[in-house]
Amino acid sequence: MEREFQQQLNDLKTRLTKHETGTKDQLSMVIFSGEMDKILAAMIIATGASAYDMKIKLFFTFWAISALRDPVKKGKGKNIIEKMFGMMLPKGSSRLKISKMNMGGMGTAMIKGIMKKHNVASLDEMLKTAGELGVEINICEMSMNLMGFKREEMIDYPHMTVCGVGTFLSDAQESKIQLFI
Amino acid sequence: MNTEELKNLKSNKIVDARGTACPGPLLAAKKAIGEISSGEVMEIYSSDEGTKIDIPKWCQKMSHEFIGIFEEDSYSRLFLKKA
Repeated sequence: MEREFQQQLNDLKTRLTKHETGTKDQLSMVIFSGEMDKILAAMIIATGASAYDMKIKLFFTFWAISALRDPVKKGKGKNIIEKMFGMMLPKGSSRLKISKMNMGGMGTAMIKGIMKKHNVASLDEMLKTAGELGVEINICEMSMNLMGFKREEMIDYPHMTVCGVGTFLSDAQESKIQLFI
Repeated sequence: MNTEELKNLKSNKIVDARGTACPGPLLAAKKAIGEISSGEVMEIYSSDEGTKIDIPKWCQKMSHEFIGIFEEDSYSRLFLKKA
């Protein structure tokens, strides 16, 4: 009798834990693309979600990580290939191109002008806002290693962690909205 | 509420989000609503067209009561009551 009761209690505990760690008002996003317009769209969705009292977790991977590089900071101990990657990839959000009609940089410059005219925040400003709103940024460690980026060359962001796909998957399972950009 | 009623309505807080684009007005509204109490009325000024559709939807989702909207020359005034 007592054993049966204990069994039921354990069963309930497991179910309660599952329930409590289940779907929350949370948004998880994989940001993969390295173009300014795509990351800007992602950041607008992310900051907008905070108006809905959602927790927001962004997983920056591959080309998107360039947006988080500080234009001035330098990574230490890089080999030749890593240095080459570092030179060829954009150094920071203000250096990113747009995904269409870049036209050797002319399109990007034009879009930036139009954005100002329409009071659309720049990617740099969006990242600042996101930081103030408590948006979490997780950076894929594997991509960082591939491209030879170092933690110390990333921007100062209040909620930034370098981690693996497990973090994204745990976050995504608990999220009502999951997006890949 | 009709425009006349809205014009006579006294707001407890006015949020001027003119000159910001999406998601500016939404974020401004979210920030300001934390500064008023339940049942109080908040007014949002916005020159962003999308906000007129977004704010009523946001209110519904966050259980605030959307009271109404009317147009000034170059912007809209949106009214809501905090849940």
